[in-house]
Amino acid sequence: MPSVTMTVNGQEVSRDVEPRTLLVEFLREHLHLTGTHVGCDTSQCGACVVHVDGASVKACSILAMQAEGGQITTIEGLATNGDLHPMQAAFKEHHGLQCGFCTPGMVMSAVDLLKHDPNPDEDTIRHWLEGNICRCTGYHNIVKAIQHAAKEMRG
Amino acid sequence: MPDTGAPRVLRKEDHRFLTGRGHYTDDLNRPGQLYAAFVRAENAHAKLNAVNVEAARKAPGVVAVFTGKDMEADGVGSLPCGWVVTDKNGSPHKAPPHWPLARDKVRYVGDHIAVVIAESIMQARDAAELVEVDVEALDANANPAKALEGAPAVHDDAADNLCYDWELGDKAAVDEAFAKAHHVSKMELKNNRLIPNAIEPRAAIGEYDPGTDEYTLYSTSQNPHLLRLILCAFVLNLPEHKVRIVAPDVGGGFGSKIFCYAEETVCTWAAKKVGRPIKWTAGRDESFSSDAHGRDHVTHAELAMDQDGKFLALKVDTIANLGAYLSSFATAVPTYLYGTLLAGQYKTPAVHCNVKGVFTNTAPVDAYRGAGRPEATYVIERLVERAARDMKMDPAEIRRRNFIQPNEFPYQTPVALTYDSGQYELALDEALKMIDYQGFPQRRQESERKGKLRGIGFSAYIEACGIAPSKVVGSLGAGVGLWESGQVRFNATGSISVFTGSHSHGQGHETTFAQVVAERFGVPVENVDVVHGDTGRIAMGMGTYGSRSLAVGGSAIVRACDKIVEKGKKIAAHMLEASVDDIEFDAGTFRVAGTDKQKSIGEIAFAAYVPHDYPEDVEPGLDETAFYDPANFTYPSGVHIAEVEIDPDTGETKIVDWVAVDDFGKVVNPMIVEGQVHGGIAQGVGQALLEECVYDEMGQLVTGSYQDYCMPRADDLPSFRVAMTETPCPHNPLGAKGCGEAGAIAAPAALMNAVTDALGTDEIAMPATREKVWRVAQARLTPAAAE
Ligand code: FES
Ligand code: FES
Repeated sequence: MPSVTMTVNGQEVSRDVEPRTLLVEFLREHLHLTGTHVGCDTSQCGACVVHVDGASVKACSILAMQAEGGQITTIEGLATNGDLHPMQAAFKEHHGLQCGFCTPGMVMSAVDLLKHDPNPDEDTIRHWLEGNICRCTGYHNIVKAIQHAAKEMRG
Repeated sequence: MPDTGAPRVLRKEDHRFLTGRGHYTDDLNRPGQLYAAFVRAENAHAKLNAVNVEAARKAPGVVAVFTGKDMEADGVGSLPCGWVVTDKNGSPHKAPPHWPLARDKVRYVGDHIAVVIAESIMQARDAAELVEVDVEALDANANPAKALEGAPAVHDDAADNLCYDWELGDKAAVDEAFAKAHHVSKMELKNNRLIPNAIEPRAAIGEYDPGTDEYTLYSTSQNPHLLRLILCAFVLNLPEHKVRIVAPDVGGGFGSKIFCYAEETVCTWAAKKVGRPIKWTAGRDESFSSDAHGRDHVTHAELAMDQDGKFLALKVDTIANLGAYLSSFATAVPTYLYGTLLAGQYKTPAVHCNVKGVFTNTAPVDAYRGAGRPEATYVIERLVERAARDMKMDPAEIRRRNFIQPNEFPYQTPVALTYDSGQYELALDEALKMIDYQGFPQRRQESERKGKLRGIGFSAYIEACGIAPSKVVGSLGAGVGLWESGQVRFNATGSISVFTGSHSHGQGHETTFAQVVAERFGVPVENVDVVHGDTGRIAMGMGTYGSRSLAVGGSAIVRACDKIVEKGKKIAAHMLEASVDDIEFDAGTFRVAGTDKQKSIGEIAFAAYVPHDYPEDVEPGLDETAFYDPANFTYPSGVHIAEVEIDPDTGETKIVDWVAVDDFGKVVNPMIVEGQVHGGIAQGVGQALLEECVYDEMGQLVTGSYQDYCMPRADDLPSFRVAMTETPCPHNPLGAKGCGEAGAIAAPAALMNAVTDALGTDEIAMPATREKVWRVAQARLTPAAAE
């Protein structure tokens, strides 16, 4: 089995994997980082979104080996020293989650949005989230949370 | 929104979910765990001649392969349906066996044929491909509207595909009223079939301990105790005390995780056979094909009125698709949760409903958010809107004219239910104000100037939650009781553990229930932890469905709190050297009436566990359990109004405004309740505009992935304007009515009434997709264009 090496949440990790192992399987099964979820098998739900070299990626849509040498951030690596990232805090404050299953992907995706557009309007947010399905919230409070996080992060 | 004066309480569970530290079933792994993959039917209907598993057995990593024959040899039972509906001819419904692994035939695409158990999931899936299934394909019966018209029989013992022919209401009274009606409005309505699609797929880990003969099943269940009861008593024939079911964090259910499914049954049974834990997690393709689906009605309905638009009688004929087998509560959904709701918010004096439940070669259909009540609301509210149009009356006015009035409660409807309380007009007035109903004609003109079609639609719904009491549901065919249990335990150091049989899979019980207890004892919410989802930790329970958790589960907790207070008074009386009758309890303090002698509940709890200075006739400990069986259903209600703008050139329906005025009785956590409303509306919008489960004539599932089944995305939806009125439930200690399903119940009718108002025709069925809307709009504007 070939070996793969990457940096996950600031720590370098190497593992032997079957070549067909997806990045999401690598994170969940090999590193036991189960915060990244799997909600579909067609790369459409967005429950598995992580950051690869700073950009949001559906971790079910690439092989672990494609992330060789990459910098990966998962939901477990978003808070710093126990302080929630402003996006996580805003989701809590504005009830942007119910069952929590889509949440890690939503949060990671939303963090990436603000890198592209620090002041997105409602339409922009809704359009950006096209690749993240939530069955619980009706998105209302997710949109609100992202707007507030954006405000917070602009300072 | 009633101002409770309380500060917003944020959710206790959020931190773990937001940091990726939740524990969903698939996140768990047991030592020595194996993985299961199922071999499923590719034909909708076929005779199983042979299942050859030899090649799969020899594949790398494979530990075992089992088929229906193996389960049959072990005496495994059929997955039961827990509610027996009586046919109008007096006989019980037909309930053909539903084997966890098929024995003689497969009856829908996705039906279970064999299970392969291997060291890794990839090995299990690879080997599943090697199982050779020799079938003789049979003609399929996939269209419920034709199931009774000589379609191929799904089951030999229901040759006409009829499960039951059920009726409710006084037919003679209805016929008489129709005979003298001034006008009759009629509609043909289809309630489209939906796939629940909780974002967490179903999963299970079965485990067996040969030392103690105990089983543990980790399952994505909404009701672990109920699942245990069904598994033990009906399917696997195991002693209940030897089976523990853990439903940890569960990622949404919407009904689809109530039922006892084949996969978890197989994992539990097979764990003993192979002597190792077995894990199965559904791929989304398996969720599409084998989660229980929802809705799927074909209905003809007629409403008779007098010349003033007063409703005289309603008659409803429905064919309800039950799928290939009866899922756990399938039979009750289109009968006792549908026909009984057909009075809506109105004083219609006579209602008659006839429902034919039919078998088809499609996945089982069972409760999905709202379960029967969205279907009932859709029939009533579409028909009432139609009646207003026929009678050239304002749709708000015709409703107002027929509402049950606040002073008429308790109100006995002609379809068995007795409504507890409600203020229907109050919600309507509030909603009209919020949406600026007066300004609608002008907004419509403005849209017309832009070449757009604008419409407004109402839905005034009634819901019945917390289905009960047990005695009544038992007399109607339910195989279970519908109480709930709650246990409240003060720990010696003053913190509180609450154990509830309700289950939270997004509803935020860990917060709401903690608030209820914290408020009663005057302690911070942080001091109260709510434990749920584990039959090993919670004594008993019935789980979460039908918006019952606060009204029934919360009430049980309140009763347990009352017992704590009663016992605390005895301990306080002893410590304060007073008579029990003189002890008052308020906000966490026991006080001798009229004095300043007092003890905090923390001191009492400590004394209860360190009983040095303690009354002789009182047991140590401060830990009380209560079971609560409600006196009646609760009846939330409300009015939703949707306003849409349709672009006739593209068929796009834009929801330009949505107001919801709901009455859930007393509300504990308004933030959580609003969230429930949003989510429910989104599912209702999905049903009305986007979602439809389609089987072709051969019974192949056409919409088997997110590429083909259109889930509501963020940019399909607007923000919603949500308000509440508050009419307390008079018969439970919290005054709460339930809020989980309201949005999904109200929304489809409101939206379709708006769309048809904009289009100027009722000739469009759900989902009103872009294509359908475009065709109708074009046909209307330029009658030849859409040909
Ligand atoms: S798991 Fe659904 S998009 Fe990755
Ligand atoms: S919070 Fe449950 S799917 Fe989004």
